[in-house]
Amino acid sequence: MATKLPKKDVVIVGLGWTGSILAHELTDEGLDVIAIERGPWRDAATEYPPNYAQDELRYRIRHELFLRPDQTTFTFRNKMDQTALPIRSWGAFMPPNGVGGGGVHWNAETWRFLPTDFMLRTHLTERYGAGFLPQDMTIQDWGVTYDDLEPHYDQFEYLCGTCGTAGNLKGQIQQGGNPFEGPRSRPYPNPAQKQGFGHTLWAKAAAELGYKPFPQPSGNMSRPYVNPLGVRQGPCTYCGYCEWFGCGNYSKASPQTTVLPVLVRKSNFSFRDNSEVTRIETDRSGKRATGVTFVDTSGNEWEQPADLVILSAYTMFNVQLLLLSKIGEPYDPVANKGVIGRNFTHQTMSSVNGFFDKTKFNFNPFIASGAIGMCIDEFNGDNFDHGPLGFVGGGYLGQVQTNGRPIETSPVPKGTAKWGAEWKKNVADYYLSNLKGGSIHASMYSYRDVYLDLDPTYTDRFGRPLMRMTIDFHENELKAAQYLTDKYAEIVKAMGAKIVEKEPRKGPYDITKYQTTHLNGGAIMGADPKTSALNRYLQNWDVPNLFVMGASAFPQNAGYNPTGTVGALAFWAAKAIREQYLKKPGPLVDA
Amino acid sequence: MRRARTIAVAATLGGAALAVYPVARSIARDSDVQDFAQIERGRKLATLADCFACHTQKDGGKPFAGGRPIETPFGNVIAPNITPDRETGIGNWSDEDFDNAVRHGTDEEGERLYPAMPYIYYTKMSRDDVKAIRAYLATVPAVHNEVHANQLPFPFSIRWSMNAWDWLFFKAGEFKPDKTKSPEWNRGAFLVTGPGHCGACHTPKNFLGGDETDQALQGYAIQGWFAPNITGDKTRGVGAMSVPDIVALLKTGHNAVTGVAGPMAEQVADSSSHFSDADLKAIATYLQSVPAGDAKSLTPVAQDDPQMKVGQAIYRDSCSACHGIDGNGVPSLFPSLVKAPQVRAPDPTSNIRVVLRGARSAATDAEPTAPAMPSYSWQLKDDQIAAVLTYIRNSWGGPAAAVSADDVRKQRKDLADRDD
Amino acid sequence: MAISRRQLLATAAYFAAGTVAARARVISGGLPWHPDAGTPPKPVRPGPWQYFTADEARAIEALADRIIPPDPKTPGGKDSGCAVYLDRQLAGPYGRAEGDYDKGPFMPGLPNQGRQSKNGPAQQYRDWLAALDTYCLAHHGNKHFAELSDADKDAVLHALDDGKAKLEGADGKKFVEQAVKDIQMGFFADPIYGGNRDMAGWKLIGFPGTRYNYLDWIDRHNERFPLPPVSLEGRAEWTTKAG
Repeated sequence: MATKLPKKDVVIVGLGWTGSILAHELTDEGLDVIAIERGPWRDAATEYPPNYAQDELRYRIRHELFLRPDQTTFTFRNKMDQTALPIRSWGAFMPPNGVGGGGVHWNAETWRFLPTDFMLRTHLTERYGAGFLPQDMTIQDWGVTYDDLEPHYDQFEYLCGTCGTAGNLKGQIQQGGNPFEGPRSRPYPNPAQKQGFGHTLWAKAAAELGYKPFPQPSGNMSRPYVNPLGVRQGPCTYCGYCEWFGCGNYSKASPQTTVLPVLVRKSNFSFRDNSEVTRIETDRSGKRATGVTFVDTSGNEWEQPADLVILSAYTMFNVQLLLLSKIGEPYDPVANKGVIGRNFTHQTMSSVNGFFDKTKFNFNPFIASGAIGMCIDEFNGDNFDHGPLGFVGGGYLGQVQTNGRPIETSPVPKGTAKWGAEWKKNVADYYLSNLKGGSIHASMYSYRDVYLDLDPTYTDRFGRPLMRMTIDFHENELKAAQYLTDKYAEIVKAMGAKIVEKEPRKGPYDITKYQTTHLNGGAIMGADPKTSALNRYLQNWDVPNLFVMGASAFPQNAGYNPTGTVGALAFWAAKAIREQYLKKPGPLVDA
Repeated sequence: MRRARTIAVAATLGGAALAVYPVARSIARDSDVQDFAQIERGRKLATLADCFACHTQKDGGKPFAGGRPIETPFGNVIAPNITPDRETGIGNWSDEDFDNAVRHGTDEEGERLYPAMPYIYYTKMSRDDVKAIRAYLATVPAVHNEVHANQLPFPFSIRWSMNAWDWLFFKAGEFKPDKTKSPEWNRGAFLVTGPGHCGACHTPKNFLGGDETDQALQGYAIQGWFAPNITGDKTRGVGAMSVPDIVALLKTGHNAVTGVAGPMAEQVADSSSHFSDADLKAIATYLQSVPAGDAKSLTPVAQDDPQMKVGQAIYRDSCSACHGIDGNGVPSLFPSLVKAPQVRAPDPTSNIRVVLRGARSAATDAEPTAPAMPSYSWQLKDDQIAAVLTYIRNSWGGPAAAVSADDVRKQRKDLADRDD
Repeated sequence: MAISRRQLLATAAYFAAGTVAARARVISGGLPWHPDAGTPPKPVRPGPWQYFTADEARAIEALADRIIPPDPKTPGGKDSGCAVYLDRQLAGPYGRAEGDYDKGPFMPGLPNQGRQSKNGPAQQYRDWLAALDTYCLAHHGNKHFAELSDADKDAVLHALDDGKAKLEGADGKKFVEQAVKDIQMGFFADPIYGGNRDMAGWKLIGFPGTRYNYLDWIDRHNERFPLPPVSLEGRAEWTTKAG
């Protein structure tokens, strides 16, 4: 029997990026807010200081900062006619855990989606005709436009101190930036990061091939920065221990380095760590959330009543909590009904490795940051004519080598010895002259048979069903992967590589092969409650005092890292709550 | 909003659910409990004098309810309850009793207080000042908290011995302005030598715990730190900082070259971050005029000295991650090892401590980041810490005395007994 | 369902109800900090094997020297401590697959569904080494793997990797793949874990180790980085050379 705690105005589930942003906005509104975080408190000086954060085995290989599957995991199968089996140890993605969430160990690549990404079905249908899209592709418009979100992208970028070169200022294309990006109202808060030899050479080759390379927008600081809240970051020192690791010297944007120092000082904010929310409670009508139930490390159950519930627990856990709390109709792919679990997507990652003459090329791969890199966007979204190609979607191509950590990044060419004396010689010969950071960061659009639901067999440590992932690549994405990989390889060849190895993504979707933790969908936003879980303000259609943050709201993924858009949506929703919902609690959009 | 100050602030703002209502008490007093102006003045003075810091237990103690151990070289003295509680606080005290305690060092029974209560500084305040403080304290929530103040070991437990001590070291008397100096300087002098009681931590003491008044504010080892030289000394004091930089340090906890940690971080959070800008400027002006001591002329340790070479390697490999390859740090984030005066303090206690232990710097509304130094005690041995500190202290803006492995070993041992 | 705007709220009563019993902290007011916080790594120290039996250790050492053979300029896997590394890893949480989901039912899955066996890496190595032993004794004149000539050892490993030879009751190809992975991991992990002794692996390839500040090098393109590698436990220059 859960012990009831004194009521709060707002309870926030999960204290990562969106939890921190919502907590900050709603405490500024004068509300009494508590956040409940499943994992532990984390902080540079105490949990990832620059005298042991740089430990590849501990953090990159053994994943110390990440969730343990025995705390929560999922089951996985490719197709509906297969049996899903548990993910006993992580592979294809790695869920975060702890205060700051993925914001602690992301690499801080901070992109905006394209204007067409938000109107995807409308746009593609207009341009190519409805018949061009695969029949079982379930892409949708988001219900918001890029213009709606632009001020909030700006808000998030200025919170983080994002470093970049603007490509489109109020409609004017700018030299050196991304000519395809949507118009931005003002430049980035900080100039782009410096680039290494490999990144620079790649950009040169790309420019010579007629592309317009630009620096990747980076949440690793190019100089000391103080954000609008008064929180400071130092300059990134290109240590090469970024993604998978916490930043030891306050130079990577995270909730810890941008929001939490101000948040914890507010008397109307508190949070609990090591407390896992197990259910969102609703009243008998099922149309009003009354708070959440959570469990502490001793297994004691507590109930935290609140008038407003913000679910910001990361994509998968958001969807899982909705399913377990019986909020919203679960998606049934056969009947094509229901909303919770539909439009689940990941990313389609491919790569190209280059091996160069060690007497002419020294890339010093260990001098890098998480979001360093030069990119081209000619093959993203609908920036190119898909008509003759027979697929839709795309991604950015980027020489984004982030590290020279030797366990992960000491390649030898395919077909050469994987061990022994020859290996020993090759690994030494190629270490400084390999270019492994060739990233093709392509979209994954949504399909009818790629979805989330509850597993019939496997349970978690509380005896609740695990969530089941049914996911495989579709022909569309694999075609795009091959096409983009070929384009990328041309650039590496033009750089003067001796050996160019193409690694286009191939099916089936493999739970053991890592390809970003950009899981999306399952609780998507949209204009129609029949095909979405949330309205355009991320408010749940069924339970108006429940808002669900995060990439679980994406109806499909785009060819970019999601965090910029996740942050923008959080600010957008916070504004709607402050200016509309609090004045008149209830549905903000007519169903 | 500062968590622990919520109630006190709420009382003066008169806004919150837990507002406190001043209660007229029938005790011999001549301060008017209804005089809001006096209460407000008293609150400001109490902030200047930072009564809160010593008289409130750390980590969630009720404000002014006492119980906090104050470290002295002779043992711990427990700060009493100064809330208006009649049984365990000072609710039963007259204004005269209170004034005697604050400015004369005696309690309501005429017994001498230990100079852990800085009455030797507070004596500089006027009777009206102290009356105002009393008026303010009478409005804070009464807390029933029994405190047994005297926990010093024999023979220091004999209060009567304080008579001799006071005769030696206590010069009673209000602050007398120096007519040859500006009003701003005088205000600063009053604040520093009076309610601010900076010398309580920053002035060296003799073996009896009395101030070495001819070395005023030249630094003192206390509570496992070395409270640095804050005279106008240009290399080891605040003489090379601008007045705005000193103001920033006291107001926000950070400035372009350094930041405060440890007990001073507490002071900034509870006390000086609430001072007016004019007062802070006055303090800075005064401090820069305080005479620097006679510096022993030191020969810098040579760059090719083996200890320096080890230190240079450790510095480049480790410390440069935050403090920069050239030691310049990042303003308001990582102290500049080139310019921060406490780096070259003759007593390396603070330097050794932050390397061994780590430290969280001050957090204020103006500077909320509160960057923290990590602990190196698990990674660096005593001679390595000694080497890197010697290198830092002799490479930029130096010289300063080398640090020995023994210095580090001793402090490692001392810190093992501390929980702060 | 109006939400009343709250004023400053002293939440002491709430904390009393929450903190004592909940055993998970309520944090407010400031960033948490306490002295010597964090979890620095525990160095591996030389000593007796903690997981492997003497025979298993001999086999792993021999394996390490074939995966990373010694040569006149650089040590091999054995002298670099890769066997010690693996021993300590298997003796610890990694070996026990601590943190993995281990609820049943255990059913065989497709390769892309990942590990579905009950056995963690430690037990897996035990099984593999036993099967390797059986194989060598049967096919190589009653000799253990470590007793074979270098050429024969290589031949066995290649044969298992190619699938031309099979281990009884164990997947020989998987064994070679994993052993190569683990030995090379030990060669490149921080020396604090027992392998990469004296940073031999890092020196071989030119990796500078745990350095954290390259601000003075980011603009220096196509130049050899000159500083020696440093590990979590430092480097030789962190100690005064005697005399």
